[in-house]
Amino acid sequence: MKLNGGQALMRSLERQGVEIVFGLPGGAILPAYDPLIDSTIRHVLVRHEQGAGHMAQGYAQATGRPGVAMVTSGPGATNIVTPLCDAYMDSVPLVVITGQVPYAAIGTDAFQECDTTGITMSVTKHNFLVAAAQDLPQVIHDAFHIATTGRPGPVLVDIPKCIVDPRNPRSALEWYEPDSHDLPGYRPRTEPDAAAVAAAAELIGAARRPVIYSGGGILKSRAAEALLRFAELVQIPVVTTLMNRGGFPDDHPLCLGMPGMHGNYTAVTAMQRADLLITLGARFDDRVTGKVGAFAPDAKIIHMDIDPAEIHKVRRADVAIVADCRVGIEALSAAVAARGGAEAQADRRQWHETIADWQQRYPLVYAAGEPGEALKPQFVLEQLRDATPSDTVVCAGVGQHQMWASQYWRFNHPYTWINSGGLGTMGYAVPAAIGAKAGRPDRMVWAVDGDGCFQMTAQELVTANTERIPIKVAILNNAYLGMVRQWQEMFYGERYSEVYLSPDLPDYKGWAEAMGCVAMRIEHPEEVRPAIDKANEIDDRSVVIDFRIDTTEKVFPMVPAGASNDDIVLDPSQQPPPR
Amino acid sequence: MAPTKRHHTLVVLVENKAGVLARVAGLFARRGFNIESLAVAPTDDPRLSRITLATDAESAPLEQVINQLDKLINVVSIRELPPAESVERELLVVTVNAAAETRGQIMDLVRIFDGRVLNVGPDKLMVSMSGGPNRVDDFESLLRPYGIVELQRTGKVALPRLAKAGGEVGEF
Ligand SMILES: Cc1ncc(C[n+]2csc(CCOP(=O)(O)OP(=O)(O)O)c2C)c(N)n1
Ligand SMILES: [Mg+2]
Repeated sequence: MKLNGGQALMRSLERQGVEIVFGLPGGAILPAYDPLIDSTIRHVLVRHEQGAGHMAQGYAQATGRPGVAMVTSGPGATNIVTPLCDAYMDSVPLVVITGQVPYAAIGTDAFQECDTTGITMSVTKHNFLVAAAQDLPQVIHDAFHIATTGRPGPVLVDIPKCIVDPRNPRSALEWYEPDSHDLPGYRPRTEPDAAAVAAAAELIGAARRPVIYSGGGILKSRAAEALLRFAELVQIPVVTTLMNRGGFPDDHPLCLGMPGMHGNYTAVTAMQRADLLITLGARFDDRVTGKVGAFAPDAKIIHMDIDPAEIHKVRRADVAIVADCRVGIEALSAAVAARGGAEAQADRRQWHETIADWQQRYPLVYAAGEPGEALKPQFVLEQLRDATPSDTVVCAGVGQHQMWASQYWRFNHPYTWINSGGLGTMGYAVPAAIGAKAGRPDRMVWAVDGDGCFQMTAQELVTANTERIPIKVAILNNAYLGMVRQWQEMFYGERYSEVYLSPDLPDYKGWAEAMGCVAMRIEHPEEVRPAIDKANEIDDRSVVIDFRIDTTEKVFPMVPAGASNDDIVLDPSQQPPPR
Repeated sequence: MAPTKRHHTLVVLVENKAGVLARVAGLFARRGFNIESLAVAPTDDPRLSRITLATDAESAPLEQVINQLDKLINVVSIRELPPAESVERELLVVTVNAAAETRGQIMDLVRIFDGRVLNVGPDKLMVSMSGGPNRVDDFESLLRPYGIVELQRTGKVALPRLAKAGGEVGEF
């Protein structure tokens, strides 16, 4: 069957099971938008290409399926570089299609030409410049394979216009359905080495102060259930990193919650005092380890990861297991069971007591507001958490609000927490929430956003309302680039440099209404719950609530950047523990 | 991991496709690894190219370099070639000042090092010489006092040493 490149592109995407594409057309990609009209694929027209990328990320993280975005050459491509880098850092499977100037014009500085594959080389798992229309079905087939297997990540496919333009003879091809890959250098390993698994089981059995350090690899490999079974079998406490909130239920007695720079005291300190860290799909990020040389000094390390390059990168592992986390954890459970299971574990009563004592003495706390004072962000989040279904998907921007959301929500289901962990991209929440809602229309989706973040990508609420993908946004409006303000207050002698934003310029309520949302401004504690209840009842439009919060509230605990996790700073109301 | 000053030779087989060298070089730059020398050419299998590169293990532990390289989709295989287990060769082409009174001395050096004269001028000689990197270093430093006008080295290439059973052949 004779097709042109544009038709072949749509067919190839349909073959991959793509149901939705986020994008915005332009000159070089224009011919590919024509066959889109006849395709089964839904297209969501964004207001900025960064939004398309983050929507694809939100979609991928909520559903586990690859997110797809399509944009034009030049500025369209450069606008999506941030989401590519974000997806690369957080291992989110994306396929991004960019238009490119016709082959004959490449290298001439043609209108809207840029070296897209060159620019994105270091922020993609792989990228392709399609050389001929005949290659297109195979390249798309390969792109999805690479994006979704092994350690997932973004793949970019740059398509010169001549290949998709039916008026150009170079666009003609004989359609075929590729069923294999010629990628001799790509062999992701998923099955663990049995000897390593046995060695790990041995270490686990003997450990007296073990902690399971679980990261984003749990969610990527759909290993939440395997992790639950494993933790229960060995009765070892679990910390869930920012990338694995929800990958182990917060309400489970073994759950210690989030470790790291703004982790709770028990999660941070349990890792510090551990004699064994069972690291599952985590990568010893500096936000978790604090000063690496002082991190978990007595701990032996078991490190399971699908990416061999993560092993020994930051911290030398005593036992390395290169594997998909689900397969690897199941093997580990079997190996532990074969060694006598729960009965054959060392006596850890004292460890559990110590941990329970920390939890009791150093819980997350905040000073409740006095009547008439500004709202406390933690209070707003508690109300939001208690008023919404437990399987609500929560998306966050980057800053204080993100940390409070991670701290104060109770995540009891996988894939209910979506944030920009590795890159820390302000403006992530709104578009990611739209993508998540597009993928999970059955779920309620809340974006917890900062006032600074909101101003970076709020225009996508127009997309949400036009496309009838209703989300809800809670702006924790502290009139500041709050996280930066917190550092200036704590580490720069309260010298505030370029962090003030104003609480009412823009007028968030008016702005949201102009974008077709229902909007509210909330200043008093007693209004909080009714406003949330009202928002939760609206499902035909997006809702924005501008919560006016205490501008001086800080995120605690905090491990100052570069400091040891031993030097964790608690809420001022808490007595620091004896050292 | 104690950093060592040693250079490591890596032989990297890559798909012979446009842009692959840029991916390899870009990865070294982005991860803060150093490339000391680099030689690239297609192999006897035209689908593959062989990159021979030397990197110092100071900038990063060698296993990180290898693991990160291995993540590139177009990298088919990577192998470290320790000097003791490989035969390394490098080619040097040099133009050196060679007035009448020193020309004979230079010709002696070229003979001793199995070099060749490529081009002769009234007061200059262009010569080539190939050998193991140390021998090339020696040759270069012996020529230096005469005044080097221009010099180019190729970067080393290497293959694994053959098993000794077949009888040892001296290194030339
Ligand atoms: C695109 C981008 N620019 C700058 C930063 C640095 N940064 C991190 S948090 C933050 C403040 C965010 O302000 P806001 O959205 O109001 O959140 P808050 O901390 O006040 O909750 C800034 C500027 C960033 N993470 N991303
Ligand atoms: Mg703010």
